[in-house]
Amino acid sequence: MTTAMHATTPAVLIIGATSAIATEVARCYAADGARLFLVARSPERLEAMRDDLRVRGATQVDTYALDLTDIDGHAAMLDAAKQALGRIDAVLIAYGTLGDQKKSESSVETTLREWHTNATSTIALLTLLANDLERQRHGTLAVISSVAGDRGRRSNYVYGAAKGALSIFLQGLRARLSKAGVKVVTVKPGMVDTPMTAHMRKSPLFASPQRVGRDIYEAMQKGKETVYTPWYWQFVMLVIKAVPERIFKRLPL
Amino acid sequence: MLDPSVREYGSWGRYPRVQHRAVVPISWRKEIPDLAALPGSLLPYGYGRSYGDSCLNEGGTLLDVTGLNRFIHFDKETGVLRCEAGVRLDQILAAFVPRGWFLPVTPGTKFVSVGGAIANDIHGKNHHVAGTFGRHVLRFELVRSSGERLICSPEENADLFRATIGGLGLTGLITWAEIRLKPITNAYIAEEQIRFESLDEFLALSAESADRYEYIVSWIDCFVGGGRYVRGHFMRGNHDPSPVRPNRPPEPKLRLAVPVDLPGMLLNTWTVRAFNTVYYHRQRARCVRKVIPYEPFFYPLDTIHTWNRMYGRRGFLQYQCVVPFDGDNVPIKEILDRIRRSGQGSFLTVFKTFGDVPSPGMLSFPRPGITLALDFPLQGQETLRLLDDLDTVVRESGGALYPAKDARMSAESFRASFPRWEEFARYVDPKFSSSFWRRVTSEDGQSR
Repeated sequence: MTTAMHATTPAVLIIGATSAIATEVARCYAADGARLFLVARSPERLEAMRDDLRVRGATQVDTYALDLTDIDGHAAMLDAAKQALGRIDAVLIAYGTLGDQKKSESSVETTLREWHTNATSTIALLTLLANDLERQRHGTLAVISSVAGDRGRRSNYVYGAAKGALSIFLQGLRARLSKAGVKVVTVKPGMVDTPMTAHMRKSPLFASPQRVGRDIYEAMQKGKETVYTPWYWQFVMLVIKAVPERIFKRLPL
Repeated sequence: MLDPSVREYGSWGRYPRVQHRAVVPISWRKEIPDLAALPGSLLPYGYGRSYGDSCLNEGGTLLDVTGLNRFIHFDKETGVLRCEAGVRLDQILAAFVPRGWFLPVTPGTKFVSVGGAIANDIHGKNHHVAGTFGRHVLRFELVRSSGERLICSPEENADLFRATIGGLGLTGLITWAEIRLKPITNAYIAEEQIRFESLDEFLALSAESADRYEYIVSWIDCFVGGGRYVRGHFMRGNHDPSPVRPNRPPEPKLRLAVPVDLPGMLLNTWTVRAFNTVYYHRQRARCVRKVIPYEPFFYPLDTIHTWNRMYGRRGFLQYQCVVPFDGDNVPIKEILDRIRRSGQGSFLTVFKTFGDVPSPGMLSFPRPGITLALDFPLQGQETLRLLDDLDTVVRESGGALYPAKDARMSAESFRASFPRWEEFARYVDPKFSSSFWRRVTSEDGQSR
């Protein structure tokens, strides 16, 4: 690949690529003719996505099947990505599980598993990726955290705490990598209508994955720092964070 | 700030409103659950743009296929696109118009799925030249509750192919389909709008335009009596052939939505009449020519998301029928007369002649004749009585009613509209059903 080629077709690594939100981000890049490297657990799902992105205009699509909670597999996956893409222009980390708060409350095992998926394994992956991007002194690293990480609520504090830890990790990483010219984007979606929330009653605050994916793509293009998507969540969370604790603990949130 | 694309499992007319036992998301072609093991009867569901109860399955299970929204293959030599059944037509347009391809047939909204377009064998403004959507479907995969996965085409499983096109989702689950797109030069339509004063003038315009214009549709005001029956705007257009115009249309300026249910009283006979009069007079000249992007030409209502909420919580009834041509066009005159005499107004009334291109499905609605589509705010028994009254004229003329837009036709009207319904019934999957299907096949023939 020549440098001219890199300038016109971005090289993008998408981890947790088969989620509804990541799919939409990948489609935005595919329309730009990007070269994509997709990582997710299911080879069949990756294959379906690869076909879709090719039809949509992606110049090149490589896939890599990996259960991302398997930390030992991270390094080999990143090597394969660098091999396929060369210099990496953008990375999106989009995997996670909403978990079952009630089950976590009665099971240490469930709590730790949620924590491992949403915090530990992502932080492990970020540690390797950060060094790669720092070395190449270039790139945008976007990670999907959540508005749930902004304040602990009784209804899903296990998930929220993991996402909160991730947000703080990213904040520190952003400061460190800014010196190397690497942008770190913390994405905080509100409630999104995806298979992850299929069982939930849909309130008017729910957004479509298309809209959230488009927001993330635009935030990555602009190298934003923290992005709430849809935008109104910034104000919702401002209010939620401002409620004094003695009142907040009584709210059925 | 409300995202209108978040799903609600209802129908576009918001009548009737029913409860489903379960909704099962189907998001991956290779992970179709065991359909036989799911609770109750099954019906595939896309974006809920059918108006009545053909997309509802009261007390049963919906298979939500909106996750099946991937392209699979595109052949840029032939224009053949293979895609999953939950792909929405606007997604095809967004991806392919910039590359010089267009839908072979499109309805008046682009927010329908490919599976739904097949299941209702939809038609568009080019029916007189292109026929129905089903004519441009090369093949598809159908999953039956027996677990069989069948490729259906005019050659392979041909009976099931013809049953599934227009088959209202009752023959099984379509997972993917191949359709043939058509080449265009740019994203614009050269359009002419002509004001007409009478039914005779409409028929003359239709006859003179059919050979020269690919797209024809009319908006009419049916409150004019005195032997004229209708007045309105005749719209005809062709894809603009100029290679200098861009193949990427300008971004639509404003996305609007009706955020809440408006009070049902807002649309009454008087406001509807006033709207129709103003709309008729908005164009001063008899004929106006312009070149416009394809979106306002094909999808004027899509710019107002959730426009159905305009009718309030009670919802509305859409009514579309086709009556065969005959020498004096007595049936259509009778229908227009009855509507006018009832005093019940239709906000938007669409008028078109169907050509004689044969429809491929056993239950396809389009057939040669004049088709009329109206929407009535639901004003209780009075509205239902008027529509029953119109049904009588349609039945006697040998015409048909359109299931995709229906929430109330009687079993008798259904059977008269679709004489092949018993042949079709043999191909219905034993595990699949819908509120519509149960209604029109019930033994007592009750209309509601």
